Amino acid sequence: MAKVALFIPCFVDQLTPAVGLDMVRVLRRLGFEMEFPSEQTCCGQPAFNTGYWNDARPVAERFLKIFRNAELVVCPSGSCTTMVRNFYPELLAGTPWYEEALKVGQRIFEFSEFLVKVAQVTDVGASFPHRVAVHDSCHALRELHLKQESRQLLRNVRGLELVEMPYCEDCCGFGGTFATKFGAISAAMGDAKVGYAESSGAEYVTATDPSCLLHIDGILRQRKSHVRTIYLAAILAQTASAAERRVRPAATESPR
Amino acid sequence: MSHAAHEFLRSAAEKSADLTHRQIIRRGIDSYNAANERGRSRFLDWEAARLRCQEIKWEAVNNLDRYLLEFEQRVKDRGGHVFWAENSEDARKYIANLATARGVRKIVKSKSMVSEEIHLGPALEKLGIKVVETDLGEYIVQLRNETPYHIVTPAMHLNRTQIAALFKEKLGDVDTDDPQRLVAAARRALRRDFFSAEMGISGANFLVADAGMIALTTNEGNGRLCTSVPRIHVVLSGIEKVIPHLKDLATLWPVLATAGTGQPITCYSTLVGGPRQSNEMDGPEEFHVVLVDNGRSELLASVEEREVLQCIRCGACINACPVFRTVGGHSYGTTYMGPIGSVLTPRLRGLNEFQHLSYASSLCGACTDVCPVKINLHHHLLHNRRDAVNASDRPWSERIGFKLWRWVMQDARRFKIAGWMARLGIRIIHRLRLEGTLLDPARPWNTNHAAVPAPAKPFRALWGKHNANN
Repeated sequence: MAKVALFIPCFVDQLTPAVGLDMVRVLRRLGFEMEFPSEQTCCGQPAFNTGYWNDARPVAERFLKIFRNAELVVCPSGSCTTMVRNFYPELLAGTPWYEEALKVGQRIFEFSEFLVKVAQVTDVGASFPHRVAVHDSCHALRELHLKQESRQLLRNVRGLELVEMPYCEDCCGFGGTFATKFGAISAAMGDAKVGYAESSGAEYVTATDPSCLLHIDGILRQRKSHVRTIYLAAILAQTASAAERRVRPAATESPR
Repeated sequence: MSHAAHEFLRSAAEKSADLTHRQIIRRGIDSYNAANERGRSRFLDWEAARLRCQEIKWEAVNNLDRYLLEFEQRVKDRGGHVFWAENSEDARKYIANLATARGVRKIVKSKSMVSEEIHLGPALEKLGIKVVETDLGEYIVQLRNETPYHIVTPAMHLNRTQIAALFKEKLGDVDTDDPQRLVAAARRALRRDFFSAEMGISGANFLVADAGMIALTTNEGNGRLCTSVPRIHVVLSGIEKVIPHLKDLATLWPVLATAGTGQPITCYSTLVGGPRQSNEMDGPEEFHVVLVDNGRSELLASVEEREVLQCIRCGACINACPVFRTVGGHSYGTTYMGPIGSVLTPRLRGLNEFQHLSYASSLCGACTDVCPVKINLHHHLLHNRRDAVNASDRPWSERIGFKLWRWVMQDARRFKIAGWMARLGIRIIHRLRLEGTLLDPARPWNTNHAAVPAPAKPFRALWGKHNANN
């Protein structure tokens, strides 16, 4: 089986490392050999989205240098995967890195996409006896066209009840720097999303993007809601045999 | 920060917290979504229809000069007049001069976003000419002294009770909140205006080049009355509205109706070909078409941005936009709101003054997904942002911030140190309970969220340990 290179987005590395570890657990259980190219930092999306393409470009080129020889790259974020696959070609158009961007773009996969489309696994042998709703993260949904993949994986989790929440395809309002530049709008969008999550009767909201969950979770906890967030891999990492391992929500730990 | 940006932030924050507004808009959009879904299901292949519309408009936009000249020639052949207005002022002046010369005292208008764009109404009112909006939604917002909330449904922000109160106050002879009786009251008032106005002004959904006609769609028949009863008919249109062939309407008309309101076709689809001919019974004596550029040629000149001119003003992107639903149509402070407005306005009215609109998006892409002519709207927002940065229109703190970011991200050690400092900072702020205060560098985030986690170790440190253990 091919060796899988892990692309751990900068904010996951620094703020929600559990997201990466849970993904690693699932992949290891499926027998994948993994490597973590330790030179990696960021894909460049924050600068690209804010309009600083000249600052994003060298960071993108650096990313391609690090991952150009990897056979397969897996990333626990639809948004960062989108940056590489869909936006690099635009950012690097007319530079010597354009061709490389297209090639790496074909070999990089979002986590649920990797499991279902590349590894062709929909049952990872997980167990999670809870009611879970899926929030469709925008980039995974509209740029990578992923919707059923996460649901297929969740349907095969023992004890898990999948509930659909209304307006699951509406943006949660995170949008990177949008959340700080337009805090009031972003928070109101998040507030609406959280209301839909609560109305669905779910105990947990999951998504293909831990960045959405970071935002949703911050609002849920501020409202002292009973609903919690959990990244997809954290659910899939739970097995019946390891039931004693405590549930690890994506981003519910307060700073210590 | 520009005045427009300041106003946007203020109004957006206010509306974001307005739960009644959120509920009214949610309900309006829900019924639109249901109708739109039914509408799309009537098409054998909606995606193919979208593709066809995109092709038609792309062909038109790329040969705009040819099709516009063809349209002009055919209009003139039938005795109509065509005026090319380079900017708002030219267009306003032409119409004002015409109205003055013909002794016009009252004008009935059907819906035209270009008339809002060039601020025609106030200019004519200044000359003592009464201008009456005849589209029901437009009529309502005019009675309230407001601008349209939405380009297709101008009074979307109002519920029945508010409209009933408005009619009772302004029209006097009606005291009901029954929609049919409210419509009847508006119709009674408007009939008097239709038959006493000397001039009718309409927009155009399409300018049909090979027929030399304008295509107009309305749901209330007001467009037909505006264009046929008064002595003079003036058409106001952006130059991008031209399409090559009459037969193109076979696809464009139903797609516009479905994307706009979910209807298979709008109730009144009208083709107007000019002034009354000698063998005709009715129609206006004079027919004028005012073609407005107002910055559109500059968009046309840019190969990258040109496709924005494909827009058929259906409003689908606006309905799909979660930011629009949150801040409402008036917060934008622009003629065109929502995604198309945030793409167009900085291009038509100044990248510097209106750049904030390009940034006021989470880039969710819902707009691009629904656009019936397949304009890549959220990519154009990204282009606007890039061009704002390249024109040095961004704050210095942000510019320095991204230089620093770039320096950090080009070296894994620097990244590690920066990450460590950030996590330490989060912990210190949390310990000192400074979250959300003026001393909190993450204030914009912490005002609206519980604190972000700050784990002791990053993934890269845990990865080594994890690997050793397994």
